[in-house]
Amino acid sequence: MPELGTFLWTQCLRQIKSRVASPGEIANPLLFFLMVVALFPIGLGPDPDRLATLAPGILWVVALLSNLIVSGRLFAGDYEDGSLEQLALAPYPLALSALTEVLAHWLLSGVTLALVSPVFALLLNLPNGAIPTLVGSLVLGSLCLSLIGGIGAALTVGIRRGGLLLSLLIIPLYVPVLVFGTSAVVEAAAGGAPQIWLALLGAVAAGGLVVAPLAIGAGLRISLDN
Amino acid sequence: MWTIIHKMGSPPWFFRFAGTLIRWLLPAVVLLLVVGAVWGLLYAPPDYKQGNSYRIIFIHVPAAVVALAGYYVMAIAGAMSLIWKIKMADTAMRAVAPVGAALTFVALVTGAIWGKPTWGTWWVWDARITSMLILLFLYLGVLALFEAYENKAVAAKACAVLSLVGTVNIPIIYKSVDWWYSLHQPASIKFTGQSAIDASMLYPLLLMILAFYSLFAVAVLLNMRADLLQQHRNSAWLKEQLLEGN
Repeated sequence: MPELGTFLWTQCLRQIKSRVASPGEIANPLLFFLMVVALFPIGLGPDPDRLATLAPGILWVVALLSNLIVSGRLFAGDYEDGSLEQLALAPYPLALSALTEVLAHWLLSGVTLALVSPVFALLLNLPNGAIPTLVGSLVLGSLCLSLIGGIGAALTVGIRRGGLLLSLLIIPLYVPVLVFGTSAVVEAAAGGAPQIWLALLGAVAAGGLVVAPLAIGAGLRISLDN
Repeated sequence: MWTIIHKMGSPPWFFRFAGTLIRWLLPAVVLLLVVGAVWGLLYAPPDYKQGNSYRIIFIHVPAAVVALAGYYVMAIAGAMSLIWKIKMADTAMRAVAPVGAALTFVALVTGAIWGKPTWGTWWVWDARITSMLILLFLYLGVLALFEAYENKAVAAKACAVLSLVGTVNIPIIYKSVDWWYSLHQPASIKFTGQSAIDASMLYPLLLMILAFYSLFAVAVLLNMRADLLQQHRNSAWLKEQLLEGN
């Protein structure tokens, strides 16, 4: 029987490999992000100054929505092919194996989204000085979003057509992350110091890393009992 | 202490206990509501600035206070159900959710009605209003999750986890919204100083808060009894108790 560390490492690699194997699932949320961002100038009018003031909020809300959409599939693959049951039976804490899944998910959805976000920031005329903060806040923030989304996904994975339900469960929980994220970018765009907001995002991420796996593990066991 | 918790876990005992409790609480609720409402609406002096429109405070504040407390009651019941596997805690949690959601809704609507004459608008994205709106979403999420499961025992466990996660989140939501508001909105609109409320208005308000707490308790107990009636409709003990007039 491999040690816990080895086990978690192989789990993480397996998750990443299985996700990389279907590149569409990584690219589609980014396309969604691009298309929704493009809707805003069309709907609000192309005035660059107004777009610049709205850009932090728009970028963050759209990032949140695309995260919401992919969160629904977080445990779905493993649930359908039965690996989730094997993980629950394995002599390792389910909370930790579920955490590897969330982290793999975050690396391939949240971090990629953060890395391409400067392009979208240019489309909305966000001041250049705010772009590093945007990327940083999205990296930290999407970890928080994935952890929270993981809780919702764990609770709804056994329900058919749980997608909309998942949104109802986790949108209210996303609120602090949205507030901290947009505030950081707004602050940076105004030339201020965004560090406080980034620190708060980091605090939520650190707290989430401790608390969320427990809730995810409990949620998965409940869903498997169903 | 432990025997009481064990007893509470037994549906027949609880059904009888809730019945007795309601019989005592219900007259108290009616009395408190009537006295508090008459005192607040007719005898308390009008506000020097808002005139009579402030009187909605006697509904608005109690509803908001109890709605927030209700979420914690729900989460504590959820924790009891997860830790000790007490079935009655499941029933309690399920009974609290709709009552709490209704109270949150009442608080939001009365707030909007109060806002119109005072602030000149039905809705402001004020920090406290926003947190109440999110509280309503949290309640509705629990209700939606409960409805989604076929197996109600599993549903209760899932809702317990969700409400506990919500409890961790509520203070963070409250603080974050508070900071967001203070940074982004001009602080031109503020709640009238509630700590500086005069005794002539404070006493009826406290009375109404007490009335709403007992109303909440009665509604939850009634809800739990209705739930037990449905769950155990074929049990002999239920028939016996109903024939006894419980």
